[in-house]
Amino acid sequence: MPIAIGLEGSANKLGVGIIRHAPGKPAEILANIRHTFVSPPGEGFLPKDTAIHHRTWVVGLVKRALRESGVAIADVDCICYTKGPGMGAPLQSVAIAARTLALLWDKPLVGVNHCVGHIEMGREITGADNPVVLYVSGGNTQVIAYADQRYRIFGEALDIAIGNCLDRFARTLNISNDPAPGYNIEQMAKKGKHLIDIPYTVKGMDCSFSGILGFIDAYANDMLSGADKRDPETGERITPEDLCFSLQETAFAMLVEITERAMAHVGSSQVLIVGGVGCNERLQEMMGIMAAERGGSVYATDERFCIDNGIMIAHAGLLAFQTGFTTPIDESTCTQRFRTDEVLVKWRD
Amino acid sequence: MSRRPIDGTLLKQGAEAHVYKSTFLLPTVPSLMKVRPRKAYRHATLDLRLTKHRCVSEARLLNRCRTMGVPCPAVYFVDERNGEIIMEWIEGPSIRELLQRLIDGSPDRPSEAKEQSDGDVLSDPKVLQLMRQIGETIGKLHDIDIIHGDLTTSNLMLRKERRTTLEVDTSETENAEKNDEGIELLEGDYEVVLIDFGLGQVSVSDEDKAVDLYVLERAFISTHPKASGLFHTILEAYKQNSLGSGIVLRRLQEVRLRGRKKSMIG
Repeated sequence: MPIAIGLEGSANKLGVGIIRHAPGKPAEILANIRHTFVSPPGEGFLPKDTAIHHRTWVVGLVKRALRESGVAIADVDCICYTKGPGMGAPLQSVAIAARTLALLWDKPLVGVNHCVGHIEMGREITGADNPVVLYVSGGNTQVIAYADQRYRIFGEALDIAIGNCLDRFARTLNISNDPAPGYNIEQMAKKGKHLIDIPYTVKGMDCSFSGILGFIDAYANDMLSGADKRDPETGERITPEDLCFSLQETAFAMLVEITERAMAHVGSSQVLIVGGVGCNERLQEMMGIMAAERGGSVYATDERFCIDNGIMIAHAGLLAFQTGFTTPIDESTCTQRFRTDEVLVKWRD
Repeated sequence: MSRRPIDGTLLKQGAEAHVYKSTFLLPTVPSLMKVRPRKAYRHATLDLRLTKHRCVSEARLLNRCRTMGVPCPAVYFVDERNGEIIMEWIEGPSIRELLQRLIDGSPDRPSEAKEQSDGDVLSDPKVLQLMRQIGETIGKLHDIDIIHGDLTTSNLMLRKERRTTLEVDTSETENAEKNDEGIELLEGDYEVVLIDFGLGQVSVSDEDKAVDLYVLERAFISTHPKASGLFHTILEAYKQNSLGSGIVLRRLQEVRLRGRKKSMIG
């Protein structure tokens, strides 16, 4: 039974996972651990610092994963790593680690598309067979459906990703990045009740978030510098919690709308949410209502699989490896731009 | 807020709107009713804002087209709070249906037309004339700075002869059109009517117009791969009939090269 180890470090999470595929059974997760680079409030994670973080932690994390899994090095069939897309410096650090392990242990390498990793892990965990996929994270916002051996992008954000929009708004409000800015916005949004008017930008199956961010940043800065902002109906003061609430309600409505359009287009009633923003319970709830109205259901995973992790890289890598795919060492590069639909999905019909 | 029941037959249930066939004022005046249902997943305030905005915007675009002489359904009635538009019923096939009938042949097509092979049908002067008419209609639309936003062959319809709005004599027209399903429809007078302005907007930008054409090009080629050679006839007619077409078509070249808009980061 093939075993793969997966290394992920395309953004600020360094993840190592070990997976075993047994024929006819669900994949077995032997280890799935992660270490996150958390920047101070008001700051994002810079590529340079993130790369240093990954280099510092990768050896320890691989050792711990092997220990936890109880797998001997001899039993590992391949080393999978994130080829892209992602931030250059962190990707390179992890690619070097993967290459080193491959040479050290004399194992084949498998370069994995990060987005395909998310999709395959989501399908494996939830059992969703052929869903429309909403992939939402700090770097990606895509509506994807499978057709003819490729994950095809039906809609996407035309400028910044939804997660990037949330992260940057968290910086404006000086919200903590621990455990994640999006998580803290979600908690604040639960206390918000006034909906302010925010631009709503959907174009067919595409959407755009930069205008929304610009608007709400300006609104928040006005508020922080003492402007008296009130709800026109109740006359109550607008709070930072209201802003988080309004941002979520508006941006998520856009995501659900483009997903619904894609579902109508391809005639599917299943929807799978993957990526870090996919952890958000309000997004899951809204998607659930939409899917139910269409006679279908929503599939989502928890933070272990939604947020970047090593196991998804191991899983998608092992699927490709079993079709005979490997990445020769002299081609084991990484790239910041690597579209989901570039990957030939040989393991599906 | 509760909605009144809808009196009509459901024709299509899209992601955003439900479309019904109904009548307007008189039982002899057929109409089309487009309803944007409430979306329970989104905040009620946002839902109302979007529904109202889209409804009003669609009605305005239709009205603008009509006053400026671009064939489209006339707006009869708008209830933006309930997301309803009642508009003129356009009798006739969509260009998509028509092209498919011509290419694939349909079982109830008259025998003489059936004998024509694909190649013959597609180079038929009547079909080329239809393509020119499509190009001309889109040219007119862009000349009044309206971007359709969702140009596909399903959103273009063929209507025999123009009638004034409220004097429809259904018995006559229905009989006349029953027998004509294929190429016969292209004999005599007809017009190409634009429908579904749900994603439309007003814009003077060449980029937006080029993207509008690009959307149609991709839809046309993927829906009618066999007829893809016809598309350049549409563009040619567009070029001849639209004022700013030179710049727009140059822009179209750029848009084509761009392919998908963005190379991913993150």
